[in-house]
Amino acid sequence: MSNLHHNSGSAHGSTKSYIIGFILSIILTLIPYYLVVNHTLNMQSAYITILVFAVLQLLVQVIFFLHLSGDSSQRWNLLAFIFTLVVLLILVVGSLWIMWNLDYNMMDH
Amino acid sequence: MTIITPAINNHSHEEHHDDGSKNLFGFWIYIMTDCILFSMIFATYVVLHKHVYGGPTAKELFSMPFVLKETMILLTSSFTYGLAMLAVNKNDKTTTILWLFVTFILGAAFIAMELHEFSNLYHEGHSWDRSAFLSSFFTLVGTHGLHVTSGLIWMLSLMVQVLKHGITPKTHTKLACLSLFWHFLDIVWIFVFTIVYLMGAI
Repeated sequence: MSNLHHNSGSAHGSTKSYIIGFILSIILTLIPYYLVVNHTLNMQSAYITILVFAVLQLLVQVIFFLHLSGDSSQRWNLLAFIFTLVVLLILVVGSLWIMWNLDYNMMDH
Repeated sequence: MTIITPAINNHSHEEHHDDGSKNLFGFWIYIMTDCILFSMIFATYVVLHKHVYGGPTAKELFSMPFVLKETMILLTSSFTYGLAMLAVNKNDKTTTILWLFVTFILGAAFIAMELHEFSNLYHEGHSWDRSAFLSSFFTLVGTHGLHVTSGLIWMLSLMVQVLKHGITPKTHTKLACLSLFWHFLDIVWIFVFTIVYLMGAI
């Protein structure tokens, strides 16, 4: 059974990493939540702020819950993840750009 | 664990080491494709979310305290699954089952809350065929909810398998795959929470 711990596919967390990840995630959820419901920021700042917090929480959960890292055991997982992000950005940004452009060109000018 | 090899042995060398790392990596690749799927449903929602066709907007329909509760429940379930995996790595069958069960309850509570929200919307006339906004809302949040539900069924199945066989290389690998799935679903929810509910309330 000991070879399970040399399973290169999974990295292992520790109680500490899960607790840190959990607490950070709670904080990164509550801050944007209260900023929005209390209307603390103007519209544009609010949009940017909540997106930044979402990306930060993504990173927290990917690092502390999924244990993604530069470790040799995680390298292929990290590579697949980065590649996915590249493809995803092209798809999402590209789609939003196209649809915005379509919308713009359909308006009465 | 003794392996009784058949007379004609087609097993590749790795399989005798009971190492689930290829399975786990393969499952990670599937998760990556699921990210792409969700990202496109998100993009669709972003394009359509202001198209309310004369009906109410996101701000008017969603209850923020309710969503915060849902979010905290799902986040906690991701944490408790982590605790389950720590028990798996220590080959502690009882603690594993305990934390899987807690995770299951939290996940089921999340789904119950979501069904409640959907049911209310539907019965007030704000169903998926009312507007492009609502179509894309139900598709995005519904797809996530279906994933969570599938995860819950899978979780039950694994709890039974662990009760029956204990923590073996096979059940360990399966639990590791579900852990990727479950954490991934909470990560998607971060964006549902942010893009659907928080952005809706701005």
